[in-house]
Amino acid sequence: MDAAHTPAAMLVTNYVFPNDLHVHWSMMIVLYPYITGLVDGAFIIAALYYLFDVKSLRPVARFSLLFALAFLAIATLPLLLHLGRPERNFNMLLTPSPSSAMAGFGYIYAVSMGVVVFIILFVYREDLVELRATSKGWLQLLYRALTFDSIDLSKDARKLDQKIIRFLVGIGIPIAVVLHGYVGFIFGGVKANPTWSTPLMPVIFLFSACVSGISAIILAYIVIRKAKGRSIDHECIKTCIKTLTLFFIMAFTFEMLEVFSHSYLKSGYHHMVEGLLNGPLASSFWLWQVKICSVIPLFVLGVMVLFTINKHVYNFTAAIVSAILLLQVLIMRWNVVIGGQLMSKSARGYTEFHPEWFDKEGIVAVIIVMAIPFIILFVLSRIFPFWTADNEINVK
Amino acid sequence: MKILNPSPEMDRRSFVKKVLNGTIAGSLFLAWPMGGGSFETPEEIPGIKGKDYDLLNQEFAFIVDITRCIGCGSCCVADKREYNVPDGNYRTWVERYVKGFSDQIYVDSPHGGLDGYQHPRTDIDEEIRDTFFVPKLCNMCKEAPCVQVCPVGATFISPDGFVLVDEKRCVGCAYCIQACPYSARFLNPITKVAEKCTWCYHRVRKGLLPACVEVCPTGARKFGSMKDETSEVYKILKGPGVLTVLKKEMGTFPALYYKGARREVI
Repeated sequence: MDAAHTPAAMLVTNYVFPNDLHVHWSMMIVLYPYITGLVDGAFIIAALYYLFDVKSLRPVARFSLLFALAFLAIATLPLLLHLGRPERNFNMLLTPSPSSAMAGFGYIYAVSMGVVVFIILFVYREDLVELRATSKGWLQLLYRALTFDSIDLSKDARKLDQKIIRFLVGIGIPIAVVLHGYVGFIFGGVKANPTWSTPLMPVIFLFSACVSGISAIILAYIVIRKAKGRSIDHECIKTCIKTLTLFFIMAFTFEMLEVFSHSYLKSGYHHMVEGLLNGPLASSFWLWQVKICSVIPLFVLGVMVLFTINKHVYNFTAAIVSAILLLQVLIMRWNVVIGGQLMSKSARGYTEFHPEWFDKEGIVAVIIVMAIPFIILFVLSRIFPFWTADNEINVK
Repeated sequence: MKILNPSPEMDRRSFVKKVLNGTIAGSLFLAWPMGGGSFETPEEIPGIKGKDYDLLNQEFAFIVDITRCIGCGSCCVADKREYNVPDGNYRTWVERYVKGFSDQIYVDSPHGGLDGYQHPRTDIDEEIRDTFFVPKLCNMCKEAPCVQVCPVGATFISPDGFVLVDEKRCVGCAYCIQACPYSARFLNPITKVAEKCTWCYHRVRKGLLPACVEVCPTGARKFGSMKDETSEVYKILKGPGVLTVLKKEMGTFPALYYKGARREVI
């Protein structure tokens, strides 16, 4: 549908407020919720294993935690690159304004980071104690620090470890939910922007976060295992896909509910939102986010869940569908963050966004930011092995 | 360029004489008390200059009279000069509304109206029913969304009711820019901090009118104290005339009022 031919568009003569021509929140602010979303989704996988005893997830449980840590470690990087005065970033922690949704980020982030780090240290304690015994020099010193200088691996000590892990994961879930739901609220709490201002925003962000994180774990697990020439645990992939399907149905339903509500209620700025989705975002929203990256995966996931499929085909399809869903969530973040800003507050027009290559928020910077967590993950894998003989074979 | 030759009648003696006469006369003018040395700014907002400014007992209002604005752009020029506003960013701007007989509304604001509207629009095919100009600036909301969202408290409401930005505290996150329903804010590309119209707070504290009000040739921009019952804004606001605020549904309670704003104005 061409926006220019809708009756509502008759009022639109493409007048953009002079200060609205520039898109202030650009690609780094697209990455920020994307990265925290990956962290959340990965954490959910770990939580399902460590707290809800979904045993089939054992092969990816540890990896999920490390994956979450790698991305959590750089979650603030896009924000720092975005800030006009990054050297003042500590003002948010030192003198936060209690009325601002944004002011809480530093605290929520710090708590999440602490919880994830401690979970990893307790999960890996046995391995770390063993590695400490076999290592020398600075590596031994590092392992000593990471094991809290304790080599107690008695039955009681292990029992206590398990209790601590369950407790930490238990408090980790609400923290993860708050971390990402809160990111959604940063947008949902902006009443001046009708595409953002909805109580559904935190919910949409939360479910799509789970989708992206679980997809990332599936894809990374399959790719790394294949690259290393190791076997892929089919049961684990099946459980991941089922969980992913559940979260994706929820995410897609809420995303569509938001659009449907706008078009049914026809309130206030309806013509502007409609014009945005059918105009500047027609391709990135309807074609890419909805048709290609949502409807197709939904159909594929349905087939994977309902029918019995050959193991190899299943695993291959799982990797492909995960890749598409990772793209779906990224496009969804783009459409919300940048798409939402294309609509001028004049309610009479839309601005344009042209990404630059070599800006501090440009395409090259985006690629670098997204590459860093993989480097961190590689370094982490040297200290915390993803897979040991213990979790190689699935425990049934 | 044509170069003027000195008059051939003027010899050196008469030239020196004239210079000396001029110098003596000039010196006398300087020595004579003319009152020029004690220049003082006139008080434009009564009750402020030379007195203790009671921060807690002030209330100001800004009224834009749309029926008076001629779109000359003087206010925009004054503002840009007062604050050295970088090109492409606007603390204040003037919009031109054109209404056709089909009720289609055409709005534009090239360079924020900085050059004035000297020429009519040529891209409108239909017959024009009406046209008017709408100056825009900070609404000085009493429930300011920009203040609410600022994570470091760099944007705040002063006790005398001005929404201000502490440029030494601002981190440049641009959350306030997203939150302002009127798009009155921008990120200064040089200082990298949020900036907006302050109703010329530094001038008001000296009893002077905001720069844009000062230069407006038609009185379309009015500013004054609501504590002064003789002020023009007090009389208009307490009078029977119809005044509106922009985007009332946002619940921001602006202290900027519009007189004669048509329903098409957003």
